[in-house]
Amino acid sequence: MAFQVSKSGDVTVIDVEGQLIVGNRQELKQKVLEELEKGERRFVVNFSETGYIDSSGLGVLVSLSKKIREQEGELRLASLNEDLRTLFELTKLDTLFTIADSREEALEGL
Amino acid sequence: MDQELILELPNDIRSIEHAVEYVMRHCSTCCDYARRFNLNFRVGLTEALSNAMLYGNDSDPQKRIRVEVTVRVEEIAVRITDQGVGFDPTTIPDPTLPDNISKSGGRGIFLMRSLMDEVKFNDQGNSVTLVLRLEGEAGE
Repeated sequence: MAFQVSKSGDVTVIDVEGQLIVGNRQELKQKVLEELEKGERRFVVNFSETGYIDSSGLGVLVSLSKKIREQEGELRLASLNEDLRTLFELTKLDTLFTIADSREEALEGL
Repeated sequence: MDQELILELPNDIRSIEHAVEYVMRHCSTCCDYARRFNLNFRVGLTEALSNAMLYGNDSDPQKRIRVEVTVRVEEIAVRITDQGVGFDPTTIPDPTLPDNISKSGGRGIFLMRSLMDEVKFNDQGNSVTLVLRLEGEAGE
């Protein structure tokens, strides 16, 4: 499974295992939207086990963040390795997201 | 000596991950590269393949993608050609501008250009060549 959904209190945590790319981005989108429909509003996407993300993967995170904000919720990102952080910095998406160094840090105050 | 690899792929985004891994393995048997190969080349190739399949070939399952990889001592070059009508790459807006940053799409060509040393389109706009130079890469 590429995406593992779990709960930490009232926060939904999605662990991305492997890649977040054009071939599986819809699966992530569907899982988050299902949780949003159930009433969940706080989300952390954890990348500690993620190899790489392509532009489609970045795009789906932007799209989900917007949808969650529209529902007065929040999406945070956690545990980006150096390569993934480079992609966020190049595209300036590091200015759009709250990015925590770890899953635990992302959960603090969410 | 140059080492070449030619692949013909179905126009199916599910084939991208396997194709990228195959090309990465082929290239890594020739040399021992580090971060720029593992990140820049991988992402650049993934972007070029997904653009070719989704936009060049317009997601048409009847069409195919040709991938030609040349590994030299000093660089890796990969040409990706789709069977579409092509496009004008100069019309792509900068996705990092404030008006574009919260759009969900439009980062593929920007990432290719940011991560590769050269990105060249043919006149028709249905074939792109990506070049990554490797000097000083081994053992990084």
